Amino acid sequence: MKVVIDAARCQGHGRCFSLAPAVFGYDELGNGLVLGDGVLDADGLELARLAEANCPEHAISIGES
Amino acid sequence: MTIEKAPVHDFASDWDHSDPEWVKDPYPIWDDLRQRCPVAHTERYGGGWFPATHAGVSAVANDTEHFTSRTVVIGNGRPMEDALPAPIGVAPPITSDPPFHQIARRLILPAFAPGPVNALEPMIRSLCSDLLERVAGQEVINASSDYAQFIPPSVIKRMLGFPEQDEDLFREFVHVILEGIDEPVEERIEKFAPIEAYFQAQIEEHAQNPREDLTTFLMNAEILGEKLEPQHVAGTMILVLVAGIDTTWSAIGASLWHLAQNPQDLERLVNEPDLMPFAIEEFLRFYAPVTMARLVKQDMEFLGCSMKQDDWILLGFPAANRDPAVLERAGEFIIDRKENRHLAFGLGIHRCAGSNLARLELRVAIEEFIKRYPRFELAEPSAVTWAAGQVRGPRSIPIRVA
Repeated sequence: MKVVIDAARCQGHGRCFSLAPAVFGYDELGNGLVLGDGVLDADGLELARLAEANCPEHAISIGES
Repeated sequence: MTIEKAPVHDFASDWDHSDPEWVKDPYPIWDDLRQRCPVAHTERYGGGWFPATHAGVSAVANDTEHFTSRTVVIGNGRPMEDALPAPIGVAPPITSDPPFHQIARRLILPAFAPGPVNALEPMIRSLCSDLLERVAGQEVINASSDYAQFIPPSVIKRMLGFPEQDEDLFREFVHVILEGIDEPVEERIEKFAPIEAYFQAQIEEHAQNPREDLTTFLMNAEILGEKLEPQHVAGTMILVLVAGIDTTWSAIGASLWHLAQNPQDLERLVNEPDLMPFAIEEFLRFYAPVTMARLVKQDMEFLGCSMKQDDWILLGFPAANRDPAVLERAGEFIIDRKENRHLAFGLGIHRCAGSNLARLELRVAIEEFIKRYPRFELAEPSAVTWAAGQVRGPRSIPIRVA
C-alpha cells in the first residue's frame, strides 16, 4: 500500500507529521510531505491510517502501490 | 459605553453571540439550531447568518468566491472600502482574499513552521514553570489570571521583539479589538488610535535597532522585489499579537477547567503520557475557542438562505466540531479519541497560521501544570467567567491545588 498527500488540499494543519513522523514530514511552509516513496509496511500503514483519519482537509489517501 | 440591546428570545431568528446565555454556555443553543435551522439568522449587527452544522461551516470556509475575509470580527459597523486598503486588508493574511492572500501567507508561514516553533519549547517550559513558582504554596490558584493569561503574551512579545514590560498593554489591546463589539463605531475607532500608535512606535524603534525578530523580518521582507506596504507590516504585526494571545490563553484555560472537574481524565493524563497528543486535540475540538466571520460578497441564495451583500457570516468552527453528523459521540469529551478531524484552527486557505505554536504552548502549559499538581479541583465553580465575542475561554478559574 502507498500513501499520498494531495498538495492542493493540504493546508498545513500538521496532524499527519505530528501523529506519524515515521511516515510524514513537512516543507518550509509547514505543509505535510510523504517521506520517501510512500510505500508502507504494516507499521507504516497503521500510522498512515491514523493520520488519514485526523486530516481536517481530507488530503491524505492510501491506495494500492 | 455599550449599546443597549434587547434580550434574545429565539436564537434561530435573532442570534447574538454576545448574549449572556450564549456567552455562558453556547453548546445547547448550537445543538438546538443544528436540528431546527440549520442556518440561523439575525438582524443584529446589520444582518447576519450562523450555520450551525459542519456542512454549513465547511461550505462557507471553502468558498472564497462568494465570501470575503475583509473583516473577520463582527461589529456594529460595516467596513468601509476606503478604510481597508485593497487587496491587503487591515491584518494580512487573515483579512486578505485570493490571490493576494497566498502571497501574504507564504511570507509568514516559515516563521510558524514546526522547525522554528519547536525551538521555542525550552523557553515556554521555563516560562510555565516560573509562573507556577510565583504562586507556589497557595492552596487556591487562578489557572487563568495567575497562569494561562501570561503564557501567550510572553511568547508573542519575544517573537515580535517588543519590550518586556508591555505585556499588560497587549492584553488591553486584544480586549479592545475582540471584546468591544457592542460599542458604537466612533468609540471603537477612537480606542484603536493608541493601538496603531503603539505599533508605529515599535516599527520606528526596530528601524533604529534592527534585530532577529518577526518585526524586523516583516520590515525587510519583499514581494516581487518591493518592500511591503507600511500598513501590511503593521497589520501583520497586529494580527500576530491579537490572534496569538487570547486564543491560546483560552485553550489553555478551558483545558485546565475541564481537568479540574473531571478527575478521571486528569488521572489518566498524569498516568498515561502517551495520551497527550490525543487529549490535546480533544481539548481543541471540544473547547475550540475561535469563531471567525466572513462577509457576503453579493446578494445570493446560499444554503437555502437569501443572503444580501455585506451580511455577516458567523463561522462557528466550535459548533461544527460538535456536529453528530460527522462525528460519533460528538457531544462527549473523550480524552483518548483517536479519530478527530476537528476544525479548531479553521478549514481551507485561512487555516490558523499559528497552529503549531498554539499546540506547543497548550501542551507544555498542561504538562507543566499537571507535573506540579497531579491532583486539583475547581475551587469555586460559580466564579468561573467566560469571555464574550468570537474567542471563547474562561477568564477566571479558581483551582484548589492543595
